[in-house]
Amino acid sequence: MKKLTNQIKISVEDFLVELGNIVLFTLNTIKQFFIAPFEFKELVKQGYIIGNKTFPLIAITGFIMGLVLTLQSRPVLVDFGAQSMLPGMIAISIIREIGPVITALLCAGKISSGIGAELGAMKVTEQLDAMEVSGTKPLNFVVATRVMATTLLVPILVFIADAVGLLGSFLAVRMYEKVSIVLFLSQAFDSLSFYDVIPATIKSVFFGFFIGLIGSYKGYTASRGTESVGLSANSAVVSASLVIFIIDLITVQFSELLFA
Amino acid sequence: MKNVIEIQDLEKAFGSNVILRGVNMKLHKGENIAILGKSGTGKSVLTKCIVRLIECDSGKINVFDNDITEMEVDQIDEIRKRVGYLFQGGALYDSMTVKENLEFPVRRTQLSKNKSEVNDMVDEALESVGLLEAKHKMPAELSGGMKKRIGLARTLILKPEIILYDEPTTGLDPVTSGEISELIMRIREKYNTSSLIITHDMKCAEITADKLKLLKDGKFYAEGSFDELRKSDDREVAAYFN
Ligand SMILES: Nc1ncnc2c1ncn2[C@@H]1O[C@H](COP(=O)(O)OP(=O)(O)OP(=O)(O)O)[C@@H](O)[C@H]1O
Ligand SMILES: [Mg+2]
Repeated sequence: MKKLTNQIKISVEDFLVELGNIVLFTLNTIKQFFIAPFEFKELVKQGYIIGNKTFPLIAITGFIMGLVLTLQSRPVLVDFGAQSMLPGMIAISIIREIGPVITALLCAGKISSGIGAELGAMKVTEQLDAMEVSGTKPLNFVVATRVMATTLLVPILVFIADAVGLLGSFLAVRMYEKVSIVLFLSQAFDSLSFYDVIPATIKSVFFGFFIGLIGSYKGYTASRGTESVGLSANSAVVSASLVIFIIDLITVQFSELLFA
Repeated sequence: MKNVIEIQDLEKAFGSNVILRGVNMKLHKGENIAILGKSGTGKSVLTKCIVRLIECDSGKINVFDNDITEMEVDQIDEIRKRVGYLFQGGALYDSMTVKENLEFPVRRTQLSKNKSEVNDMVDEALESVGLLEAKHKMPAELSGGMKKRIGLARTLILKPEIILYDEPTTGLDPVTSGEISELIMRIREKYNTSSLIITHDMKCAEITADKLKLLKDGKFYAEGSFDELRKSDDREVAAYFN
């Protein structure tokens, strides 16, 4: 019994220490956004890598999501004679929820893990140490640029996923009815309001920030030894996915409070 | 003679794993000291404490008469510019070419230099390690020995006054090891550097070191010139010479 309470004590302690470390890491990273030198070239390079890596994946997934969602919702709406509401309903679900979350999860799998593995390898092979001794803060050059790149790019990728998703939806509708894309889009956007778009965009920015941050944190704190590189990549995906859902939950609550 | 590094009662533990238990040493200007010791005795930890990549638990580390254990982070960078560190595996930046690897420290410490000046510095550093032809290669295309030499070139490019070599010849064939040892000597002549050379390679120690020190159980166990230690009857010391 005593052993068990002791163990619980230790794991609670570990958890709190880890939490404290993450908060510190986050604050230090944010601080680097405002400290010279601003590594613009590295930022562009990272942005390019991220976009290049994920664009095809996100376009295909977004397209299929829109298509499948429409095909599956249609029969139900037809039963109620409400198929004219289909575009609006799909647009709301894609733009408010599915677009951002699916994009973020894909990015967690692709980018967070990539950053985790890359930084983990840099840590293990002492590249981060080498930077440090040559007078460059790895937090500034490596971490801040990556976090900034994901923060900027994930919202753009979400936008792409939304657009391609709507296209998929249009094609699904088109299989059954003769609607023009103009009519489809005007029906879709009619039911959208400002309050659908703003929370979704804010949410995407946070998704992007944490995707970069968690990947970086996991890589940056990799222990010694090559197996820790794989571990960092792995736990980056797990933690980032979890955090995405938590942020999603929080933004739903907040936008209810603010915009309802 | 002037000391560039002076360490007093340095102690370091990772949790309950005590690594250094009171290390004392001095490195004179222009001197080369080789540090011997079994794997895992804390040789790398010791050198990392000198540039404060690892925070020590207690003790004093004076580098150029500044106690770096007391320094603020900003001041540390000033000292670090004057101390080169060759990492055990070279620690080249994977995502950059050799040229970019070498430019990296220059760009960030010598802001006034223009492109062609930086390029000249890169060429000079690569020439001094005899690898000018690798300038546009990626680290993944280089062999282990080449990586170490490029790592050395990246260290040299800032013309450090002290160089800390972490196992410069480990994992290399005898011929390449010999070349690197010669290179260390040439660097000292050319740039008048003082060096700490961590090594298991007695040949390298013989060529490069004025003095050898043996780290054992967290302390220096024995020291002396190569010939003095070779004649030693102590079993611990003799073990290194056969
Ligand atoms: N950052 C760290 N965290 C925890 N333990 C560490 C850390 N760095 C080193 N150690 C431990 O310190 C001890 C000494 O490590 P160090 O790398 O200095 O050995 P070394 O003498 O350089 O050996 P080698 O010849 O194999 O390079 C090892 O037991 C290692 O596990
Ligand atoms: Mg070592």
